[in-house]
Amino acid sequence: MHHDHGAATGHEGLGWAVFDVLVLLALAAAAAGYAVAWWASRHRRPWSGYRGAAWYAGLFCVGVGLVGPVAAAARTGFTAHMAGHLLVGMLAPLLLVLGAPLTLALRTLRVDRARSLARLLRTAPVRVITHPVVAAVLNAGGLWVLYTTDLYQWMHTSALVHGLVHAHILLAGYLFTASVVGADPDPHRASVPLRAGVLVVFVAVHSILAKWLYAHPPAGVHATDGEVGAQLMYYGGDVVDVTLIVLLLTQWYVATRPRDAVSPAPGATA
Amino acid sequence: MSAGTGSRAGRTVDLDRRTVVSGFLFGCGIAASVIDLFIFHLVLQWHHFYDLSTTRVALTADGFFHAFGWFITIWGLFLLADVRRRGEVAWKRWAGAVIAGVGFFQLVDGVVNHKLLGIHQIRYDVDLLPYDATWIGSAAVLLVVGAVIVRRTRPDRRPG
Repeated sequence: MHHDHGAATGHEGLGWAVFDVLVLLALAAAAAGYAVAWWASRHRRPWSGYRGAAWYAGLFCVGVGLVGPVAAAARTGFTAHMAGHLLVGMLAPLLLVLGAPLTLALRTLRVDRARSLARLLRTAPVRVITHPVVAAVLNAGGLWVLYTTDLYQWMHTSALVHGLVHAHILLAGYLFTASVVGADPDPHRASVPLRAGVLVVFVAVHSILAKWLYAHPPAGVHATDGEVGAQLMYYGGDVVDVTLIVLLLTQWYVATRPRDAVSPAPGATA
Repeated sequence: MSAGTGSRAGRTVDLDRRTVVSGFLFGCGIAASVIDLFIFHLVLQWHHFYDLSTTRVALTADGFFHAFGWFITIWGLFLLADVRRRGEVAWKRWAGAVIAGVGFFQLVDGVVNHKLLGIHQIRYDVDLLPYDATWIGSAAVLLVVGAVIVRRTRPDRRPG
């Protein structure tokens, strides 16, 4: 990593171009796969347009956060980095989870393949990483490591590290969101009190980290940029967190409806 | 005296208790999240995002107050919706509980957060005594007023 800037540009420029192409390919695959599944299962009960819209909005957020002007600005500015982080790590995961891709896959796949997928979801490793506590530690712990070590600076000098960090942010964000407010079937869904407790601790940790960053921006970040970015993390995080709380309590509200009220259609929950 | 107001089975929700809990949580929550954010941060601008004087313990406590503030605000509203779909809401009783909740949180905020933990102050570069006295005094008044309303609106629990 001791190249001078002139020599480094060509080599690193290639790395960033490869990263952009990979992201765009992955997004195109996710968009096409969802569309094909939507089309292939058209003879069944119509798939919710709201879920489809959430999925594509989520992919759009990933795209804006990882390629294009916001992503370019994020390599030099902390506030832009934080905007991208909110998009890729919080808003996109929420929208993608609301897209319920596993439910769509299960109803589209041939029965034997759907069974294999369902078996996969019941295996021990999947069960462990989709537990709310584990997912929250992966998510918040990753942020803590990123902002309190030299990883933040290293990430901006290496396209590979940048790609790995952002893959982690997106996947950990998705796992955490799915474990707390997931719309897809989860054979081992944690109880509402446990999910609520994990969510409150996560919100607390996120806001503590935001205030800590306000006072201790990563090395190389200008003080004002650090302050604006930290406040964006705090209040932007609040918007997504409040949405998560509302979604979780809505699930509680639906699950605890009085029995003598309108009788629920069996199997109507998606 | 019987305790029952329609608790037929173990699963039946005590609606009166849930009404009071809902109001109290909502009151605490709006005091913690909404009143603090909109009045003191945005309108008066007495509070700062972070005054940089905070210890690690206080910063941690602040984060948890913040998270609980949002959670109980929304939880209180969902409990209210639950009471409403199961029967009539005793609105005066709920409002009394909200007032008590606001008073309770402001009292805890004024005594524990401002004075004991020193997370932040009400205002900066002024003599704090009148501010603290007003804050803690008004919080105590709200708590008492709310508690009196809740007590006076108790449902008639005699059988018949």
